[in-house]
Amino acid sequence: MEQISSRTKWLLTGLALVITLFHLIPFYILITTSLKKVGDFTSKWAFPTSFDTENFALAWEQANLGNAFINTAIITICSAVLLIFFGSMAAYALARRTTKLNKYVYMLFVGVMVIPPLTALVPLYRLVVDVGLMNTHLVAILNNVAAFMPLTIFLYAGFIRSTIPKELEEAARIDGASTLGVFFRVVFPLLKPITATVLIISSVYIWNDYQFAIFFLQDSSVQTLTVALAGFFGQNSSQLNLVAAAALMASLPMVMVFLFLQRFFIEGLAAGSVKG
Amino acid sequence: MAALTKAPDKTSMKTKSAKLKRSRRESSLWWMYLPSVLIVVLFIVYPFIDGIRISFTNWNGFSQTYDYIGLDQYKRMFADPDTWLVVKNTLLYGIGSTILQNIVGLGYALLLNHNLKVRSFTRTVIYLPVIISPLIMGYIWYFFFAFQGGALNDIFLLFGKEPINALGNPAVNPYIIVFVNTFQFVGIAMIIYLAGLQSISKDYYEAANIDGATGWQKFKNITIPLLMPSITINMVLNIIGGLKLFDVIVALTNGGPGNASQSMSTFMYNLYFSRQDAGYAATQGVLMAVIILIISMAALIYFKRKEVEA
Repeated sequence: MEQISSRTKWLLTGLALVITLFHLIPFYILITTSLKKVGDFTSKWAFPTSFDTENFALAWEQANLGNAFINTAIITICSAVLLIFFGSMAAYALARRTTKLNKYVYMLFVGVMVIPPLTALVPLYRLVVDVGLMNTHLVAILNNVAAFMPLTIFLYAGFIRSTIPKELEEAARIDGASTLGVFFRVVFPLLKPITATVLIISSVYIWNDYQFAIFFLQDSSVQTLTVALAGFFGQNSSQLNLVAAAALMASLPMVMVFLFLQRFFIEGLAAGSVKG
Repeated sequence: MAALTKAPDKTSMKTKSAKLKRSRRESSLWWMYLPSVLIVVLFIVYPFIDGIRISFTNWNGFSQTYDYIGLDQYKRMFADPDTWLVVKNTLLYGIGSTILQNIVGLGYALLLNHNLKVRSFTRTVIYLPVIISPLIMGYIWYFFFAFQGGALNDIFLLFGKEPINALGNPAVNPYIIVFVNTFQFVGIAMIIYLAGLQSISKDYYEAANIDGATGWQKFKNITIPLLMPSITINMVLNIIGGLKLFDVIVALTNGGPGNASQSMSTFMYNLYFSRQDAGYAATQGVLMAVIILIISMAALIYFKRKEVEA
């Protein structure tokens, strides 16, 4: 922006630090709470005098977090792969072939984006029960794929229209490649930046999803992290130390991924917002 | 783009290319999007339409038989004082969080647009909650606001004051929910505004400086108009997110006390699973869809028009 005096710069740095500290408060409270022994009622602001990892072991076991981690990972990875595979393919056809049918189909996807998924909860629940998909990984995967498909197609179609040159595909077609061959060998590799955006946005949301998971994954064997944690909180609302330990463990993997790949998270969001 | 497709073909490839072009015009490649269409229709479109049908019944959610009762559920809904309470809360969550997130997010973006040493650290910390589950974020703030053993009351105790039950107070807790939702997602608004600010050319500000414009004039006449696309995205994203709010409410108040902090999402969930009132839950779902549709379309059209003007 503009040149500022060094005094202003110090003031602004101070302001930024105050804001940073404010935003760290809940995380600080989470950590101190998780480290305190059950029955330690000292102030949450005071750091515990004796470090104790007992809460973590106890919470891990009682909330069945190991199992929940595996379920969450399976659902997130499968959903993201399906979204990228089917979404990019659909967007390619819709962006490149502007037939009447395709215009209607594209409008369908854009229209579906404004339908809040929860409003269809009652019939969706019935449908899932009827087809016997209750308490399966599959139902969570299909639900997440459906919920994110419109946005995925929207992002891919915008990217294909604005950045992928048609000549490339035409050259490949003249060389006799099939449509699928052209798409996967020529076009898909060029979609990497937007694939990263789709992967990041959808994985974060699906990993953290609670709205869908609580309806369809109530059995303890298929519970995801959020469902396991909500159940655990229900049973231990008087033992916040254990809940804090469980919450910390459940958030840690995404936080680590974020800290290592931060550039992609922030650039992906900025790119998606400019394109969208 | 149009110029590219219309460019004349090389003579040697003319016939082959023309043939390709014709076949391309004929084919929609429908098989490429068939799986996506099927899954969206099966999991979103069909249930949405079926929900409208169920809203005309007295179905309890599990029995095999039910009756069509016309508009009775709708009459019941409009006469139900809870409906208006819940709609009011939903609007508060949607519009309140949107205003806060945009003002604070823009403020943070303006601050971090300066070349400060702490810039990337601050940005990381503010963005961090975005990648944490809203449910967990709700629990984390629960540790702060909880009546018994909450961090806020630890401060009150320190100064010899009576602890307060902020989460149990219906006059206060909807605002706490707005605050927590804002705290969690302000990072997204900040990043989108930062990207917007960085795309504004410095020349505008230099020209304004020559004209002797004040800081506020530059902000009002250069920054805001040129940020309009970012403002549109943020407004629409935040309003849709806020109106659908669910997880944070479950974690902080579970809609209570009574229905005091219930949003349409949590209210519907309770009607279906706790009160076996599926027909009525579907009716509330239709109302929710209508409200979200109207507000998000209105916001989109309003801000798009501003963009064109700017």
